[in-house]
Amino acid sequence: MIEFIIYKSIICVVIFAVSLGIAAYSTWWERKFAGLLQDRWGPSRAGKWGLLQPLADGGKMLFKEEIIPNVSNKFLFILAPGLFIVTAIVAGVLIPWGPAMQIGDSVYALQVSDVNVGVIFLLGVTSIGVYGIMIGGWASNNKYSLLGAIRASAQMISYELAMGISLIALIITAGGTLSFSEIVAAQDGGVANVVWQPLGFIIFFVCALAETNRAPFDLAECETELVGGYHTEYSAFKLGLFLFAEYINMFVSSAVMAGFYFGGYNFPFAHELYSAMGLQEGSWIISLIGFGAYFTKTLIFISVFMWIRWTIPRFRYDQLMNLGWKALLPLSLLNLAITVVVEYFRGNIIF
Amino acid sequence: MQLTNRSIVVSNKEQSFAEKIYFPAIVKGMAITFSHLFKKRPTIMYPEVKREYAPVYRGQHVLKRDENGAERCTSCGMCAVACPAEAITMESGERKKGEEHLYREEKYAKTYEINMLRCIFCGLCEEACPKEAIFLTDRIVDAEYERDTFIYGKDILVEKMDKRIDVTKRQTPEVLNFKKIPGLKHNEVYQDKLNKGKH
Repeated sequence: MIEFIIYKSIICVVIFAVSLGIAAYSTWWERKFAGLLQDRWGPSRAGKWGLLQPLADGGKMLFKEEIIPNVSNKFLFILAPGLFIVTAIVAGVLIPWGPAMQIGDSVYALQVSDVNVGVIFLLGVTSIGVYGIMIGGWASNNKYSLLGAIRASAQMISYELAMGISLIALIITAGGTLSFSEIVAAQDGGVANVVWQPLGFIIFFVCALAETNRAPFDLAECETELVGGYHTEYSAFKLGLFLFAEYINMFVSSAVMAGFYFGGYNFPFAHELYSAMGLQEGSWIISLIGFGAYFTKTLIFISVFMWIRWTIPRFRYDQLMNLGWKALLPLSLLNLAITVVVEYFRGNIIF
Repeated sequence: MQLTNRSIVVSNKEQSFAEKIYFPAIVKGMAITFSHLFKKRPTIMYPEVKREYAPVYRGQHVLKRDENGAERCTSCGMCAVACPAEAITMESGERKKGEEHLYREEKYAKTYEINMLRCIFCGLCEEACPKEAIFLTDRIVDAEYERDTFIYGKDILVEKMDKRIDVTKRQTPEVLNFKKIPGLKHNEVYQDKLNKGKH
């Protein structure tokens, strides 16, 4: 029992620290990458290549004056950023970061918790995330914040549907399991799910952009119309928490995409490589290599998110709703129908 | 009526399927932004690397000394007359015995002030100067906190002996010849002096 607690604590702390570190360095990479895409150099003053920039930004956020508007609902105003960041981090518990490790007789999975209804848990937690935005926007007692919050929640409802249906198709392909680690394990040795679900992946990707409030769907905080959107009234570290949570969301959804559609810690010819290196099943080196593969995929997805941000202009609100309801929802239903037919002929579904 | 060939007729034609689903256009746009990752960057990392100035760059003025360290300026006032912004004021003084190492000729500028807020860095003072005393250099006038600190006196303008300022870029033979063209009005005084052998 005590061993179990120690093992879970270590995993928790490591994943928590990695999430925060990635979120911090996402802000750096976003600025750097934006600079590179725009023929600039991006941050280059704080440390080598501007690597200390997140520290400087964090310090700035910490030491700035904290303003809580008089007319706001103080309790909810303070609760909102906390709720947002907690849900963002909680969504990360499901991700199986690497093949299970074997030390002595016991097997250690590189995952905080293997929830057997992981996909549903994930959808649930990410939709709670919008409560942080909603509460924050409403409690600010500011019309721009409120508009941002309404937009965020409407967007979340619209895109959650298409996302959920594209995930149903994915689950059928993955063999009817809802557990994240089993979906990833099912791609071991075979082909990645994206091969069977190209349309599903595109729908999921677009929805993930919308769920994380990233450009081109960042209407909730679109500065040209709504000042700062739902975080207009926030300052200092509460604002920092909001921005931080968005990057954690991005990290988690990149990891989810890499796991669901691109095989997670599996990669082509993995077993050939392991046997060529003479590694036993359950060796910690295999776990490390798998983790590296998963992490690389995740970082690539984060970069693609940023790449899209600096390419595609923001949608208008009616275009956003049209895309969600008139394009993505029918497409995801079509995808589901196609998947059922294809899987029937592959013999994965038996009526 | 068509005035130029540059006008583009608005087309309201139906969008094709490829245009309607956006994806080809998005992929194209992504390719364009991606190609910019490898483009050459025009950034100059300022404090470490400085942009190269043109040889004729006109920055902060310098009052030159001659090779012995005596000030060349004779306070003739030509620069002040030439100055379109009226930024230059000076006061003349007479050289006393024993000051030959300080001032080149009998008359010198006791005070010499340029108001850097008025100056437009046109370089006419330099052009008018018959004594090769004032030059515009490739140095930048610093920002200041007070307006009156922008009035630069001799303490700033006259070059220091241990930090001589190179003006060979601006003092080319062409420039020297130009100053001796008799037909030009600003050279008349100089020419008169030359003719009388008082140089």
